Amino acid sequence: MASTAAVPFWRSAGMTYITYSNICANLVRNCLKEPYKSEAISREKVHFSVTKWADGKPQKPTIRSDSPED
Amino acid sequence: MFRQVAHRLLTRSTTNHSACAAATILRPYSTDVSTDASSGDSAFVEAWKKVAPNIDPPKTPIQFMEPRPPTPSTLPSKLTVNFVLPYAAELSKAEVDMVIVPATTGQMGILPGHVPTIAELKPGLLSVHEGNDVKKYFISSGFAFVHSNSYADILAVEAIPLDRIDPAQVQKGLSEFTQKLNSASTDLDKAEAQIGVDVHSALNSALTG
Repeated sequence: MASTAAVPFWRSAGMTYITYSNICANLVRNCLKEPYKSEAISREKVHFSVTKWADGKPQKPTIRSDSPED
Repeated sequence: MFRQVAHRLLTRSTTNHSACAAATILRPYSTDVSTDASSGDSAFVEAWKKVAPNIDPPKTPIQFMEPRPPTPSTLPSKLTVNFVLPYAAELSKAEVDMVIVPATTGQMGILPGHVPTIAELKPGLLSVHEGNDVKKYFISSGFAFVHSNSYADILAVEAIPLDRIDPAQVQKGLSEFTQKLNSASTDLDKAEAQIGVDVHSALNSALTG
């Protein structure tokens, strides 16, 4: 049961399927006509905070956001 | 670990020796198992009644789920399509005649009675045919699952009707990514540029074709 299926070019370049799918979706959204394009972009905005941990202690959290900081 | 999995798959339903049967775990295919669990697991219910006859047995999660629509014995006349996006359901249990999906292996037509299939989709045109109406969408990527009961689940990340595509933006993107492809150095850059070229050329052919 060796896997001999041809590997897609993005997989052999080190990209995962999710990254590929998100890139495709972003490109398609960029090609929308005006009112739909701003709806799509506002729908996909994300805002989250990432905290890395070391030695059992949280480090300083970083906030990743698409919305302008107030 | 993988050798055991391969061994189990091969011996799944072919073994008749009692010794072997004890060693391998025989599990039925999901389509053979009855999906109507509305009465609950009978062994559990009986054991419950012996211990607590005055209290109703609790419902198990499977009783809250709708059973899978059964596979009809004759060929159904319509395909039931669930076309969903992460943020909305475009079509939910819509009865149609045919759906053409852009699989990575080419445009695939799905008719009622299609063999169960899982297809990965590439950026391209999806068309839903109902009588004389054809609805076309451009899909960014996704998957299509066809089940034995003529249900098709099409999952896409982005699906846009063709009249919402901006041709100028498509041309601009195409030339920009072709240029990036020529000047790309690392594998990752080349892959991203190639994705850009693929998506924009698919958009282009969807607009013109």
